[in-house]
Amino acid sequence: MVLNSIEKLLEKYDNGETSIKEEQQLKEYFAQEEVAPHLESYKTMFQYFSNTKQELYTKDVPLKPRKSYIYQWISVAAVAVLMLGILIPNILGGAQTKDPLAGFTDEERKVYTQTKEALSLLSTSFNDAASSVNTLSLVSTNFQKGTDKANYVNEFAKTTNKLVKTKKTPKH
Amino acid sequence: MTPTDFTKLVMPFKDKVFRLAKRLLVSREEAEDATQEILMKLWKNKAKISDYKNVEAFSMTMTKNFCLDRLKSKQAQNLKIVHSNYQDNNTSLQSQVENRDSVDWVSKIIEELPEQQKIILQLRDIEAYDFDEIAKVVDMNPTAIRVALSRARKTIREKLTNTHRYGIK
Repeated sequence: MVLNSIEKLLEKYDNGETSIKEEQQLKEYFAQEEVAPHLESYKTMFQYFSNTKQELYTKDVPLKPRKSYIYQWISVAAVAVLMLGILIPNILGGAQTKDPLAGFTDEERKVYTQTKEALSLLSTSFNDAASSVNTLSLVSTNFQKGTDKANYVNEFAKTTNKLVKTKKTPKH
Repeated sequence: MTPTDFTKLVMPFKDKVFRLAKRLLVSREEAEDATQEILMKLWKNKAKISDYKNVEAFSMTMTKNFCLDRLKSKQAQNLKIVHSNYQDNNTSLQSQVENRDSVDWVSKIIEELPEQQKIILQLRDIEAYDFDEIAKVVDMNPTAIRVALSRARKTIREKLTNTHRYGIK
């Protein structure tokens, strides 16, 4: 009886027509110890299938939660703030020194310009004096050159004397 | 999605992914690597996971494609064949040895089947998927799947009976 229905199921099974439920029935039948000898090959198959199903994946999967980069960005922001802190006062300070007369009254400005003129006058006369000193030094260098040249002349005279002497000697 | 949510989602089918990978790649190490790769890919795309109607079928398809690519690539040219130990506690040593032998034969016979049949047989006879699910994974119509499945089952049994009768192979 049972064997009969199993055989029918097996025929359907071979044709790929069994439902999951029927296949489950077959699996249960072949899970038992004793099977009809002519169905031995099916038993091996089903045994293999159920054995294989017990194989498990035991390795762990390293799941890295997505890193939050917020701390790194905080350091970047800190550096930016620091840079701005250094740069901004410089820029503002530079703007202040552009117009030094900003906070002065008219009288003070006048005094300032006058002093400036006087100082510039002083500096031009200083420059004149310095240029005359320069001419002096130029003269001195020219003198130096003159004496050097005179030395050349001396040297020349010496050699000519020597020549004259040597010409004289063979005559003696 | 937190890692725990993900593990919960993946838990029910990660073994199936592994077994399918092992069916195709044979070696246990290769299959473990493949499974890890698949799970990592899923984890990377976890934002999109809710868009997939059937994550399991999607993962199986991914596994299939990944393994087939793997087999094609040169890297997989020297696959090792590793067999797991089959345990059977309630039979005598004699029949145990015999059984293990013939059960081992089944896996060897399946190895010789075409990839498509391997996948279908794995999904149907071991994981007990219904034909619609298999159709999603292998991208075939149910009739073609039935035919392939029937062919695979008949081949296995034919080869098995041959081994039993003549001791060849």
